[in-house]
This record gives sequence, C-alpha cells and structure tokens, in this order.
Amino acid sequence: MDSALIPKGVKRCPFGLFLVWIGILQIPFLIGVIAYLVCWGLALNQTYLNNNYPFGLWIAADLGIIALGGGAFFTAFLRYIIKIDELKNIVNFATVIGVMCYAAALGILAVDIGQPLRGWHIFWHANVHSMLTEVAFCISCYFTVLLIEYLPLVLENREINKFGFPRSFAHHLHEAMPAIAAIGVFLSFFHQGSLGGVPSVLYGRPFAYREGFLVWPWTFFLFILSAMACGPCFTILITRITETFAKKQLVKRNVIDILAKISGWLLGGYLVLKIIDTISWGVSLAPSVGAPAGSFYANQPYGWWVLITEVGILGIIPCIILLSTRARQNQPLLILACLLNCAGIFMNRWIMSVQTLAVPVMSFDKFFSYHPNWAEWASTLMWVWLSAIVISISYRYLPIFPQEKELNPL
Amino acid sequence: MFPFIFDWVSDASHFVFMGTLYAVMGLLVIALHYCGIRAFFDWLCKKGQHEH
Repeated sequence: MDSALIPKGVKRCPFGLFLVWIGILQIPFLIGVIAYLVCWGLALNQTYLNNNYPFGLWIAADLGIIALGGGAFFTAFLRYIIKIDELKNIVNFATVIGVMCYAAALGILAVDIGQPLRGWHIFWHANVHSMLTEVAFCISCYFTVLLIEYLPLVLENREINKFGFPRSFAHHLHEAMPAIAAIGVFLSFFHQGSLGGVPSVLYGRPFAYREGFLVWPWTFFLFILSAMACGPCFTILITRITETFAKKQLVKRNVIDILAKISGWLLGGYLVLKIIDTISWGVSLAPSVGAPAGSFYANQPYGWWVLITEVGILGIIPCIILLSTRARQNQPLLILACLLNCAGIFMNRWIMSVQTLAVPVMSFDKFFSYHPNWAEWASTLMWVWLSAIVISISYRYLPIFPQEKELNPL
Repeated sequence: MFPFIFDWVSDASHFVFMGTLYAVMGLLVIALHYCGIRAFFDWLCKKGQHEH
C-alpha cells in the first residue's frame, strides 16, 4: 500500500503489521497524553513535587535525555568537523535520535514549568545572568539546528525527491551541513555545560557546590565531557535495538567500533576528572563549609552506595569494556557497556538535581524522601513511545541507513 | 529580549548574551535562505531547459 514511499532497494514489513506496531505504541503514549492534560488542567499538585523537591523526575530526565542526545552533536562534530568519513553511515540516525531527545527535553519542560502559557517569558524577559536562561536559549536554538539537519532526510523520501525543488534544497542543505553542524556544536557545548553549572553555583547547597574556572564551575566541563562520552553509546544502543526489531544489520561493525572506542576514551577521561573532583570536594571543599562528606550520605536511600554505583559499576566497568578491543567487539558485552554508560549518566543527573535537593542544609531541616507518581512517570515515558513511533516512521520511509542496501541485498 | 521591553538594561551582559543569540539565529536564517534561494534557481534553470 505504501511501497511507493519506501526507499528503493530495501525491504520493509507489510503495511498492516507496521500499523499494528504503531497502534501498540499509541496505548502507553495516550496514557502520557492524559498525564499531561491532568498536570496542565489541574496544576502541579497532581504530582509528588513539593517545596522540598521543586526538581524531581522531570528535571532529572531532562538532564539525562539532553546528555543522551549529545550523540547527535558529537557525531556531527566528528563527521563534519573532524572529518571521520565512516561516521556518515550513522550520523543521519544520530540526528533522528537527537531530534527526539531534544523534543522530549522541551516537551518535559513544558509540563514542568506548570504555566506553559507563560513559557515565552524566559525569552521575552530574559535574565541574562541565569544559566537556566542560557540553557533555554541554547536548547531552543539547537532543536532548530537538529530540525534543519533532519530536513534533508525528509526531503530525500522517494516520492518527495521526485520534485526538483525539494531535491535541490536537500542537496544544498547537505552542502551547508558542516556550517550548521558547527553552530550545533557551539550551542551544545554551552547548554550541556550550563546544565552542569546550574546546581554547582548554589553555594547554599554544599553537596553540589563547586569552585571552577572564571564563571564556570568544574561541573560545567564534567557535564560536557560526560555527554560526549555517553551520547555515542546511546546512538549505538538505539541502533542495535532498531536492528533487533528490523531483524537485519543496518550499520557495519567498524562504524560502531569507532564510536565505541571514542566513547571509551572520553569516558575514561571523564572518570579521572570526576574522581579528582569528588576527592577534592570530599577532602577540602565540603569540610571547609562545616559538612564532612559522610554527612551527605547519611540519609537512605542516598547512602554511599550511590557514589560507588555511579562511578564504579556504571562508570569504570563500561569504560574498561569500551577501551578493550576484544571486549568491545563482543556484541553482548558492548551492549552491556552502552547500557551501563547510559544508566550512569541518568544516575549522575539524578544525583546532581534530586539528591542535591534531598540533602538537608539547615540544622533544623529534616530529610524528606521523594518518589515520582504515575503522572510524572507517564508524562516522562510518553516521550519514549513517541520517539519509538518517530524512529519507526523515519526508518520505514527515509534513507537513514546508507549501508542498509549493501548489508542486506534483495 | 529587545531594547523596547521594559526590563531591558543596556549593559555588557545584555549585549554579549543577546548578541550571541541573534548572531546564531541570523546564521541559521542566512544558511536556510541561501540553500532555499540556490535550490529555487536550480529548479528555475532546469525548468527553463525543459521548456526549450
């Protein structure tokens, strides 16, 4: 039925089966839509956010998703600026993933601010001294960049490409892509970093507060590095999930190996700096404000296990796997490393946002625990289902995997 | 965001911050228009060739 829209030389599942798949994804997606309507219609008291936890699952997920979406800017950086030619075979898919990650980040912020009708105030009445303003500006601009990077893929659809203007427009966009990618890299560096800077300028919260270089706390640089380290792993992970559902190989293993190796080195560099930062904070900074490091891990569930899991299990283990050529080429181990790396970034962002708020800062403060309710979970996970739908449609109708024909001859 | 908005302050922070934003947005708009105009002329030339 839709065979005219499917790229030439590739095979896709029957249209009916595709509709069933999209229909299945619609069910949890609609639950998410209901959660959005509940939060917008009845206000944020429908969630478990409160005065102790104004930042909860939404912000932690936002920070995590933006880090995972870093694969798009970093792959584009490697492809168009460092000129690693093999990455042209995965950069399109990294862009699709990036579009959905940033759409999710903006969508989650739209519900988190509670008053979406006043969302434009951050632009109109910009507080130029706030890192969050910089983040809002950069995310919005970078999402535009990602849409521009996605546009030539849409224009290369078999039917659209028959028309002269879209074909020529896509061609010229490809030519301009290095310049557009460079703008994207500039924007990404700043918003990834500023997200790290937001908790670390809070000198009233010594758990997150850090010194730094000029106006940038050390976590500014740690967040950039960690996004660069985990983004490619997320791209690999989603590529492998897509391959599993498509039941065929879509990208050559040497392309995946390049990304995994670069990710491993960056993760190693990040871990060294993170460990130095943590030791420096625990030995010097935290005691200097009258709070020994142990006091921050005194309340369950945020015990010492959090630090050990984040740096050790979700950091050092994937780093060793990604740096070892033999381990990296073992596919189950590679997937495990990517999973641990991505989980590590989520845990790091949760710690920097939610655990920072959890730690009592006054002697009369009490520790309160926080767990998200159904509305927060459903509205956050809604973006997973929507991303799956968009990726499914993109994979079916757009030429996002240039090596597919070669790897799967008809 | 603009000098005509009541809370605008003409200081270095505003000029650097907003200037960078406008520069980025300007570059994106120029890049898109450049590609669009070139594609339009390509299409126009090819159409002319077919008509002759």
